[in-house]
Amino acid sequence: MTSSSPAAPQGRERRTRDSRVGDKIFMNLARGSGILLLVIMAAIAGFLAWRSGLALSNNQGNFLTTFEWAPDAPKPVFGIPVLVVGTIVSAVIAMAIAVPVAIGIALFISHYAPRRIAQPFAYLVDLLAAVPSIVYGLWGALFLVPHMDGLTSWLNEYLGWTYIFDQTKSGTPRNLFTVGILLAIMVLPIITAVTREVFRQVPRMHEEAALALGATRWEMIRTAVLPFGRPGIISASMLGLGRALGETIAVAVVLSSSNVLSLHILDAGGGTFAQNIALKFAEAGDSGRNALMASGLVLFVITLLVNGAARLIIARRKEYSGANA
Amino acid sequence: MAKRIDVSGLSAFYGTTKAIEDISMSIEPRSVTAFIGPSGCGKSTFLRTLNRMHEVIPNARVEGKVLLDDENLYAANVDPVAVRRSIGMVFQRPNPFPTMSIYDNVIAGLRLAGVKKKSVLDDVVERSLKGANLWNEVHTRLNKPGAGLSGGQQQRLCIARAIAVEPEVLLMDEPCSALDPISTLAIEDLIGELKSQFTIVIVTHNMQQAARVSDRTAFFNLAGVGQPGKLIELDDTQRIFSNPSVQATEDYISGRFG
Ligand SMILES: Nc1ncnc2c1ncn2[C@@H]1O[C@H](COP(=O)(O)OP(=O)(O)O)[C@@H](O)[C@H]1O
Ligand SMILES: [Mg+2]
Repeated sequence: MTSSSPAAPQGRERRTRDSRVGDKIFMNLARGSGILLLVIMAAIAGFLAWRSGLALSNNQGNFLTTFEWAPDAPKPVFGIPVLVVGTIVSAVIAMAIAVPVAIGIALFISHYAPRRIAQPFAYLVDLLAAVPSIVYGLWGALFLVPHMDGLTSWLNEYLGWTYIFDQTKSGTPRNLFTVGILLAIMVLPIITAVTREVFRQVPRMHEEAALALGATRWEMIRTAVLPFGRPGIISASMLGLGRALGETIAVAVVLSSSNVLSLHILDAGGGTFAQNIALKFAEAGDSGRNALMASGLVLFVITLLVNGAARLIIARRKEYSGANA
Repeated sequence: MAKRIDVSGLSAFYGTTKAIEDISMSIEPRSVTAFIGPSGCGKSTFLRTLNRMHEVIPNARVEGKVLLDDENLYAANVDPVAVRRSIGMVFQRPNPFPTMSIYDNVIAGLRLAGVKKKSVLDDVVERSLKGANLWNEVHTRLNKPGAGLSGGQQQRLCIARAIAVEPEVLLMDEPCSALDPISTLAIEDLIGELKSQFTIVIVTHNMQQAARVSDRTAFFNLAGVGQPGKLIELDDTQRIFSNPSVQATEDYISGRFG
């Protein structure tokens, strides 16, 4: 294809070229949008990196170890450990609750409920995905927080020995655990919706293969549905995790932020990247804004790492994905 | 191990539509019975009533009796899951589990039955794959995905998976229709070997195949579109293909059909 063949009849060559005008336009359009996207992303990254660099060079504390966040002080000090821990812990709690529940709901809709119930139920779950986060935040602050006391003290009493459920300070449950639950509720619809579609796409012939071997419905799900849906479950969880890591306003409304780094998830306090940015951005000066951008860059990197890890997991089992079956 | 099947007065429905009507027949142990007939006459439906797979389709139901030796599979106290464990099934399109290795595919049924011992499983894998004439081709790559095999190999893997649990009956629904002629021959040879151990029922579109592999042949037909399919006759294969007792059978096998 590299050298043009001189033997090719002239007319045919020209006609091919003519008929490809449309192709060319679309190709250039597609290529143009692709390049534009890359340029925009590079511009954002460059801007963030530049401002972050400014902030870091003024930092009198250590970005990686300082708990405090006072970038606008005459002697600016700020660091991310509290935010890293708060972000990851609340997201982990959210995923630990949301993923199993979402899989359960998705299976109920796709494989257990009669169609007449499954359809409206699925619609309801989709509807939950459309609720704005501030509404979740307000619900969390006005309903969830006042109703967490029972669960909190129960966990403290029976699981306190695990350290993480040990409540060392009394106070309102505006803690990472409550935030995790709220985030779980927020990411549940998206994870459910995606896994449900994946479960629906499991070929009937694989399900029948399991049934014909004498599998009960649950065994059929374990043998044919869940393994087939695994990459989809992972992708769906990543979507949910992305939202949990980046959730801003709902966390800001519920969590009482503090500079304390603690793995006692029932103790009030802590912070997350997105929440920190939302709370501090309005009053921040130049230096403060730069510092917030630096933290935003870190959140961006964490999200990228998480997504990369998920892709690796999926790719490792590609030959078992069923894509070639 | 192999058992006889006695069907009496069996009808099957999809919702309110009757797909097959009033079928009665006997199938001898350790024999191959072929089901032939035009598309849509209910061969697959009837086959699936024999291991209670019909009822996994929503709103599908069955009337009548299927006796396996002397046990009625449709008696009230019979668990369909247990029935399917003792009656194996091979489908039209090869359907090995795509997420499992060759090894795991073969033992999928045993896993469901709770067998865990590695030595037992290893033995079963070797015996079943040998039984399905697949061992020589795959024994060096048992841990590779089953979906990576050719279509004919995948179908033999499915047969290995079905015979691994030592069923009493093996049902096959057009097992060669998605395969090339060479793979088809391999499976036909295999059927000839398996009938010494199993009662085999095979649906086929291919009349030469029915003539080649089966001892008995059942011809199904339907009176018209929307009418339920019926069993027209069941006889020794040789007789069906040389001198059938019903004119419709003769018309069908000689290609003078419709
Ligand atoms: N899942 C199903 N739902 C409703 N009707 C079905 C279903 N499967 C088959 N049928 C109908 O039952 C009749 C018999 O079909 P089938 O048993 O597949 O015939 P064959 O295998 O002989 O071609 C056909 O009229 C077909 O349309
Ligand atoms: Mg059929």
